[in-house]
Amino acid sequence: MFKRSEQDKRPPVQIFVDGVAVAAREGDTVSAALLASSCDARRSTAVSGAPRLPYCMMGVCFDCLVTIDGVGNRQGCLVPVAEGMQVEIQKGKREIGR
Amino acid sequence: MTVAPKREDYDVVVIGAGPAGLAAAATSAEAGLSTLLLDENVGPGGQVFRAISSTPVTDRNQLGADYWVGADLVRSLRASSAEVIHRATVWSLDRNLDIAVSVGGASAFVKAKRMILATGALERPFPIPGWTLPGVMTAGAAQTMLKSSALVPDGRTVIAGQGPLLWLLAAQILRLGGRIDRILDTTERGNYFAALPHALAFVTSPYFAKGLSMMREVKAKVQVVSGITELSASGDGQLASVSYVAGGKRETIPADLLLLHQGVVPNVNLAMSAGIEHRWDDLQLCWSPVLDASGNSSVAGIAIAGDGAGIGGANAAVVRGRIAARAAVEALVPAAAAKLAPMATLRSELAKAERGRVFLDTLFRPSPQFRIPTGDTIVCRCEEVTAKDVLDSVAIGATGPNQLKAYRRTGMGPCQGRLCGLTVTELMAQARNKTPQEIGYYRLRAPVKPITLAELAAVPKSGADVKAVVRG
Repeated sequence: MFKRSEQDKRPPVQIFVDGVAVAAREGDTVSAALLASSCDARRSTAVSGAPRLPYCMMGVCFDCLVTIDGVGNRQGCLVPVAEGMQVEIQKGKREIGR
Repeated sequence: MTVAPKREDYDVVVIGAGPAGLAAAATSAEAGLSTLLLDENVGPGGQVFRAISSTPVTDRNQLGADYWVGADLVRSLRASSAEVIHRATVWSLDRNLDIAVSVGGASAFVKAKRMILATGALERPFPIPGWTLPGVMTAGAAQTMLKSSALVPDGRTVIAGQGPLLWLLAAQILRLGGRIDRILDTTERGNYFAALPHALAFVTSPYFAKGLSMMREVKAKVQVVSGITELSASGDGQLASVSYVAGGKRETIPADLLLLHQGVVPNVNLAMSAGIEHRWDDLQLCWSPVLDASGNSSVAGIAIAGDGAGIGGANAAVVRGRIAARAAVEALVPAAAAKLAPMATLRSELAKAERGRVFLDTLFRPSPQFRIPTGDTIVCRCEEVTAKDVLDSVAIGATGPNQLKAYRRTGMGPCQGRLCGLTVTELMAQARNKTPQEIGYYRLRAPVKPITLAELAAVPKSGADVKAVVRG
């Protein structure tokens, strides 16, 4: 859906999405890294299970919700990636204790 | 950067580091006032100047000269004594100017003598059939990725809507080597005539020449279809096609990405939760705060600057920020205001920056069918409530947005009405044959952004606080 411009010379950062290594760049938000990757980053909603991807990328719509390093319902578009970060795509309702 | 505020009290607290907030904080600090700037993003710039200090887009022409103006604002701020905290989410503000802010998973509490809210704008909801499908995003979302990560659309891409940002984004995508297959212009034909009486102010504003040359640049490379009267997205779990009607003729084209845009509206959540009076703006079709000429709101000590004060664009936002800050300085340390630009100068700069705005507002006033959906089209994305659901609730007695919450939970999901509020107000107004002002808006309350229960439980509390809620 998106590709990186060749002029982007930022250093690489490796994150893990559902345990799979994904190459991101320093300064990417989690949501930008997911959309730039080839992985299926669609979450499913808590209400009907409908698939969603980020919509606004500016902290407004909450369609980018992901689990980051074990903490659920984080706004992926507001959190910058960090080396070794563990990201989980949320499917359906939140689980108790996460 | 993500450390708690250094003090508990400040002369001036500014919320939001976009054009208005950057200018306001620098001005206030320059006058010697203790100033705190809180911002939710990773770095300064807000949306217009997003990633201004970190963008990987190094060719300055690609983002345009208007973007790089932001670098000067950041330089002035950094040269000042203002304390700046990024990744700081303000979740509560009350009439006593007590502020709760979440930084790095913990909440801090600060008090201000004066507040300047510079929370800016967000994109107007564009509730068409299929707008919740993966692959449908706002134009602003694509621009955010372009500025902060040099990402551009790669698959079959359609941009639909209207307004200056749409053309700017299209030009930027093309300059960075991205793909756009078609632009669907939803500007209502009648708007051209309505806007005509305001054209003189616009053609003599700086926007005119820039806008024309950008549209020419885009039209040379992309097929533009104008006069779009219907628009929908479809696909099974992922956007597959975009369907539209232009000149009475329907066409469906395959697409991987649909970028929607029909202007921006003030981001009112924090201001409304502090009890600031807002009124319906019939031209801009949104809620705007009731302010005096210095940006002071109905709550003593709180001013609003930038697009949150009513959409005026980045240049106006900068000046509004300086005006609000100067007013704060005049109120707290009148002698220090002598260092700053005189109010009369600022006001004439503001008038200049706002020149041509009525023309743009009139020309790009979105059509009713793109604001007020029907049938199965989703209105509330979080709770997945359709237009029909809302109308059914009205039929059995829901009178306004706050009653509708009890019927359907609209506006009660994590976005707290940001993506459905305007639609719900206009839809209910139409159904009940009332004005949006009469129908009203959601009653917004803290926390205006979600925080965890653990964070809330960990806030400092006195013995009296505990006694008030613990039994026995």
